[in-house]
Amino acid sequence: MSSTFETIANIIAETCDIPRDSITPESHAINDLGIDSLDFLDIAFAIDKAFGIKLPLEQWTQEVSDGKATTDQYFVLKNLAARIDELVAAKGA
Amino acid sequence: MRLEYFQLIDRVVDLNLTDRRISCEATVPSVSTVFEGHFPGFPLMPGVLLVEAMAQTSGWLVSSINQFKRMSFLASVKEAKLRTFVLPGYVLNIESKLVHEGSGYAVLDAKVRNNGKQVCDATITLRVMEFPNQELAGEMLKMAARVGLTPEMALNG
Repeated sequence: MSSTFETIANIIAETCDIPRDSITPESHAINDLGIDSLDFLDIAFAIDKAFGIKLPLEQWTQEVSDGKATTDQYFVLKNLAARIDELVAAKGA
Repeated sequence: MRLEYFQLIDRVVDLNLTDRRISCEATVPSVSTVFEGHFPGFPLMPGVLLVEAMAQTSGWLVSSINQFKRMSFLASVKEAKLRTFVLPGYVLNIESKLVHEGSGYAVLDAKVRNNGKQVCDATITLRVMEFPNQELAGEMLKMAARVGLTPEMALNG
């Protein structure tokens, strides 16, 4: 079974036509990969389907807007993978 | 259809919140200035307006699911296929089914039929957010009532 990061990276590569080898765990989806909010909707849809979860994008966006979180916490891919693992674990609990 | 107001849905025929699907009806007007340009001597319902009709139908479904407390805006259209000409006077049945309800967005499969024959289909993504102002929230309720959609239907559909 591929890792959460591998699944995310493959989704991003396919959805946004970004070379797979340029996507690393340290990549920031917005700042490094240039993914805009519309493309991120497609990525979120693919992630939701792949993992059977619902990424709380509105909550994350609000937290960033309110200064309670940084975009790094949610959009650096290793961190995004960790958030997804948490959501998957919570679903199974 | 009220093409001049960009209101393409005449009425909601069926709303099923359990199955998360909606069915609407819309009659293409026999006469419209749209047809003077599209096309002179061969009036056709523009494909982009058929896509808009699918988007508006999808929007009514998502509005109902959210009990008219949130607004939907068209974000993307995928796999749109315009399968045959749609002519003035056609009575269209437009269906949409929710495929996925995400956080702040919804994905729906929509299709349009005329006399049972599928004329177009697409996958629609809507952004779903708070109303930008109360005026729009109020107007959407009026528009919903015009197409036969009430908050009670949204609760019980």
